[in-house]
Amino acid sequence: MLTLAEVERHAQVAIVAVDGERGFRRRLLELGLCPGTQVAITNIAPLGDPLEIEVRGGRLSIRKDEAAQIRVRR
Amino acid sequence: MTTVALLGNPNTGKTSVWNRLTGGSAKVGNYPGVTVERRVGALRKRPDIDVVDVPGAYSLVARSADEQIALDVALGLDGEPAPAVVVVCVDATQLVRSLYLLLQLQELGARCVVALTMTDEAGPAAPNATELAHVLGCAVVPVVGRTGAGVDALATAIITAVDAGAPAAPVVRWQPSPALAAQIATVRAALPASWPQTDALAVWALQCVGDDELIRVPAAVRAAVAAAAPTAALDDEVIAARYRWLDEQVAGLAKAKVDRRRTARVDRVLLHRGLGLVIFGAVMFVLFMSLFAWSEPAIAAVETAFGWVGDGARAVLPDGVIEDFVVDGVIGGVGSVVVFLPQILLLFFFLGLLEDFGYLARVAYLMDRIMRTMKLSGRAFVPMLSGFACAVPAVMATRTMERQRDRILTMLVIPLMTCSARLPVYTLVIAALFPSHTVGGLSTKSLLMVGMYGFSLVTSLAAAWVLARVVKPLRAKRLPFVIELPPYRAPRMRDVVRMMGTKTWAFLREAGTVILACTIALWALLYFPRELPAGSPDYQAQIAAAPSPEAKAELEHARDGALLENSYGARLGHAIEPAIEPLGFDWKIGVGIIGAFAAREVFVSTLGVIHGVGDDEGSLRKHLASERKADGTPRYTPLVGLSLMVFFALACQCMSTLAVIKRETGGYRWPAFVFGYMTVLAWVSSFLVFQIGSLLGY
Ligand SMILES: Nc1nc2c(ncn2[C@@H]2O[C@H](COP(=O)(O)OP(=O)(O)OP(=O)(O)O)[C@@H](O)[C@H]2O)c(=O)[nH]1
Ligand SMILES: [Mg+2]
Repeated sequence: MLTLAEVERHAQVAIVAVDGERGFRRRLLELGLCPGTQVAITNIAPLGDPLEIEVRGGRLSIRKDEAAQIRVRR
Repeated sequence: MTTVALLGNPNTGKTSVWNRLTGGSAKVGNYPGVTVERRVGALRKRPDIDVVDVPGAYSLVARSADEQIALDVALGLDGEPAPAVVVVCVDATQLVRSLYLLLQLQELGARCVVALTMTDEAGPAAPNATELAHVLGCAVVPVVGRTGAGVDALATAIITAVDAGAPAAPVVRWQPSPALAAQIATVRAALPASWPQTDALAVWALQCVGDDELIRVPAAVRAAVAAAAPTAALDDEVIAARYRWLDEQVAGLAKAKVDRRRTARVDRVLLHRGLGLVIFGAVMFVLFMSLFAWSEPAIAAVETAFGWVGDGARAVLPDGVIEDFVVDGVIGGVGSVVVFLPQILLLFFFLGLLEDFGYLARVAYLMDRIMRTMKLSGRAFVPMLSGFACAVPAVMATRTMERQRDRILTMLVIPLMTCSARLPVYTLVIAALFPSHTVGGLSTKSLLMVGMYGFSLVTSLAAAWVLARVVKPLRAKRLPFVIELPPYRAPRMRDVVRMMGTKTWAFLREAGTVILACTIALWALLYFPRELPAGSPDYQAQIAAAPSPEAKAELEHARDGALLENSYGARLGHAIEPAIEPLGFDWKIGVGIIGAFAAREVFVSTLGVIHGVGDDEGSLRKHLASERKADGTPRYTPLVGLSLMVFFALACQCMSTLAVIKRETGGYRWPAFVFGYMTVLAWVSSFLVFQIGSLLGY
């Protein structure tokens, strides 16, 4: 299963599900990263982590291991 | 008194709107139970209405006490009256995400007014306010927090809503599944009578209660939630239902895509792999140098000014205890508070600029990779860096971190950074006790100084790593570390200056008073009983008969040394000698360490007085280098010097730091912990250095 951490830059994908412990995933869902939402990685920090993603018209920074908890589909 | 609360996502312009609504004159305090700033000001148009500025939140769902503030304020659960109206700041460029919070508030039955901010940035993407108001069922007023456009209309809308006074009914836009409805019923029955009896509050409890650090949640509610056994599926259902409604009803109101091209262009440079890091380094260099070096003239000016005031007071007051108390205790004490202002003002000037510009979030983004190795977030970078100049402003800067756990962990390690007040101590010790050699063209003395910086960096990083694992309240929760990268904006000098003022005033009022009291207490400790020990020569007569000014000064230094030696502080120094002897220190160093509690650099002057050489550092160096033990060997060897430097690097010899930590954590628990762990660390390390060094024959 594809996760957000594996997606190449600028590719639009749709969120399928967010995994992880309850408090963790609730936070991401509430930020609007719920199933069906379109996301794209727009940038990678110079040190390789975190990632900058575009979701619902805003830019968020999210760590790679957190992005690996977000399952996506093309 | 009627209150109105301003809620909204972080960075949506709440504080800007609040400043416009109230004129910016704030009563700033803390929320009960947590040290998060609470600002209250009277609405300009209606001084009987208080407006409360609340820290930004994406949701009312909370895990920690500081996230709970939004709910507590919205519903008046913290003892303050419930607000008559909640003004929700909604970022016009982030419509759907900002409205998520509004839905939660409406479900809870809060009477809401929407302030649609950032309409200037949204441009054609901004929704039509009338259409939005129709969909949301509440007043929507477009405003521009920066210019104040629309704020009058917002005030009118707030007043209308307050005066309408009709109780608002909960508005729920989704249907719970039968399973969820049963869970809601269970929990709702357990809600205390003092809480609003709504389904939404039951949903809130089902989402938050469990693995949490919330305060004031009744046991009955906890038990009911446990009985209902909520799972992750509940979160999916609730959150997806709200977003579904927003996507269907609201998303279409934004007619265009927000133009982010300007920000993207700037980001291409500032977040660039090479150039971005170079610019980052340059910005941090300027920030650091301004605190470390460029603040020096201002600090010197403060010291000179207080010196003048002291001299002036000496000139008019009669000699004696009162004079010494006023000059050394009170004026010196106030000086030791004011001396922090240049660095505090400078740091908050830079922080304000960087934050307003949008770069502070990028600093966190750039440095996150490094900081997380210590279980900290990128937001800890600037406070930690500032710690190399002075821990006091650095601790104050931890407020830029949203999580209390991160703030506290950062505060615990900041005092380990080599602050500029340690330099005079290192300089004295290195100059007096270490021989000059050159190794590969570099002098050993400067290598030692660099070594002390490296040592402090390594220990502070290691301390963060360890503390994050062993201190229970600091264990990292698996929470996503999401930062919003806001669009770049031109900084507004007025807001920056206003924040500098607020911070300075809070420091003076809350930490300054503690620092002043401690300075006076310390002064008294090293001053009284102000008697020469029995059998001392008659200094007064000898000084009067001194043949030359040099002889007179020497006698005065000897007398001051004898007076200090007989003080309660020095007796304490003697008393702790057995404890510090294994570190290679004698009681005189002990007295210096006690004196250094006022400020580390005071160590040098206290040591000068106790050695009877006054405050001339040159003579003190010679004196230290030539002091012998009974057996004729040097008393202060390079090994003692190294042990002393290690002690100063690690011990929390600074009551001002402890005073600001007390202010920033809202109690004595954390400052006591900092003092305790650092003292133990310092003692053990110096012990090892001295004992191992002695065994090796140094
Ligand atoms: N262009 C534009 N910028 C705004 C507007 N309102 C606020 N800002 C800017 O947005 C940034 C954040 O504003 P604040 O008022 O501090 O936002 P806040 O909601 O109080 O932020 P937190 O307290 O961190 O949650 C600042 O740089 C403001 O100058 C607006 O209507 N238009
Ligand atoms: Mg604010």
